[in-house]
Amino acid sequence: MHIVVCTKQTPDSAAKLTVDGAGNVSWGDSPIIINPWDEYAVEEALLIKERLGGEPKVTVISMGPEAALEALKHAIAMGCDEAVRIWDDGFASADTLGTAYVLAQAIARMGDVDLVLFGRSAIDSQTGQVAVEVARRLGFAPLTTVIKIAELDPAGRSITVERLLEQGRQIVRAPLPAVVGTTKGINEPRYPSFMGIRKATRAEYPLWSAADIGADPAKVSAGVRWERIFPPPAREGSAEIIQAETVEEAARLLVDKLLAEKVI
Amino acid sequence: MSNDIFVWIEQFRGQPAGPSWEAIGTARRLCQQTGGKVCACLFGQGVAGLAQEAIAYGADKVFLADDATLADFRVEPYAALLAGLAREHQPAVILLGATTRGRDLGPAVAADLETGCVADCTALEFMDGQLVATRPIYAGKLLCTCTVPEKRPAIFTTRARAFPKPTPDASRSGEVITVPPALSEEQIPSKVVGFQESEGGVNLADAAIIVSGGRGVGGPEGFAPVRELAGVLKAAVGASRAAVDAGWIPYEHQVGQTGKTVSPDLYIACGISGAIQHQAGMRTAKVIVAINKDPEAPIFQLAHYGIVGDLFKVVPALTAALKERLG
Repeated sequence: MHIVVCTKQTPDSAAKLTVDGAGNVSWGDSPIIINPWDEYAVEEALLIKERLGGEPKVTVISMGPEAALEALKHAIAMGCDEAVRIWDDGFASADTLGTAYVLAQAIARMGDVDLVLFGRSAIDSQTGQVAVEVARRLGFAPLTTVIKIAELDPAGRSITVERLLEQGRQIVRAPLPAVVGTTKGINEPRYPSFMGIRKATRAEYPLWSAADIGADPAKVSAGVRWERIFPPPAREGSAEIIQAETVEEAARLLVDKLLAEKVI
Repeated sequence: MSNDIFVWIEQFRGQPAGPSWEAIGTARRLCQQTGGKVCACLFGQGVAGLAQEAIAYGADKVFLADDATLADFRVEPYAALLAGLAREHQPAVILLGATTRGRDLGPAVAADLETGCVADCTALEFMDGQLVATRPIYAGKLLCTCTVPEKRPAIFTTRARAFPKPTPDASRSGEVITVPPALSEEQIPSKVVGFQESEGGVNLADAAIIVSGGRGVGGPEGFAPVRELAGVLKAAVGASRAAVDAGWIPYEHQVGQTGKTVSPDLYIACGISGAIQHQAGMRTAKVIVAINKDPEAPIFQLAHYGIVGDLFKVVPALTAALKERLG
């Protein structure tokens, strides 16, 4: 069995972001890390590998410039077997349409992939679209917002998952190969071990170009163009603190305010 | 290509999703500028009754596919059908509510049609003939504007409650066009084998009022006063990551960067300090109330109203005051 985990690098979620007049986003000296959502996908791949006696091969891939190595290294340190970085000059302007095309080409080139795992979304661009787009490109079953893999049967070529929807959990059975988009709650990602970190330092990180994966540069082009990035309007002032002799009086004053705001 | 706008009407067991009507209203507003038609795409089983409702909310036309293969939402039959209708009728734009299903279906159709899909928009306006979407990025720490400059149809998913819900007008008339499903059951790999409804059936994304508890509630039983307040307000119960990670309440309730993003009319944060990751999920609420014993808590920077005090005293007092006033 061959499991591929798709990942990317992001600024740390606690980073203070600034944006200059040209729309360049800066996160100061905050580190570049593996997209936190992707750790759930990596963990799930490793749990499957462990459940199946270590047989499945887990490959972590990332489409990105050199900074993407941070994400790949973290995944190798957690326990993935192999890593591949995919990048070419023409990839820089790709949106989810182009990214999904590139990832699908790379996965198709591997030829033997049974399961592709994703995090819920990237915490920077926050689209959460690539998993389902890769599934459509490859013709794999698209299973997103998965909070539990209830059953995985490599011999019977089937997978059963619980998907988190607004009204509850939808239980879906699909044939392999499948794309699974994970969500928080599916597991608790492990920390890399000391041995894992050493392994990640020495591991090889092959780079696949557009030519390597047979990508047509015209298809990498974006559907969506980002026009402008700017900070949200600042909230004016701070909270009106309601003070009164008693808690009961403060509560009544607050209710008056909320009635005046017409929100209750 | 036409000027028409397709709007996917999401329903679960015949219950329409609020963001679909918000999207219909947005499509109506945009079509008034372009002269296009609002075409509702309604798929399901036994959902024909919703076609008139879609027209009342602003649709000119409804493409209705009513079939057993469409009873449950699945990407394969829904995307094949919506992409097929788009190929046939060439709309300029497709709008979907940015619900879990909408955020599956929008990009799936975008991949099928090789076009762009802008996720989770909070505003949509025409500028120089292009539809410009505004959307939060980096957990709402920044905003960006996006267009789909060349490819058509341009697809957008619209965030729940970011767009006004139109008032239905039962006197409106429109055309209902019945269409067949695109795939037979044999052609659909995924099978829905069950559904577990969530306890309480609370849908944070749709909720007009949310009462949330954080680290300050101290334990699972600390959510009792939070739930009572929510009960009086008919509100959904939310939680901060700290409360979820401590195991006091299930993940389904989590609001914030690693949970749900919500935009209620009223958000009451009880015992939540207001870490930037939590703010990311609720900062667009119309009115934010913070109840916290720490006057320095960052939540007071974001909140409109605050009470500094012990939530176990303030929250029950607020519940009592509301009961008194709301009857």
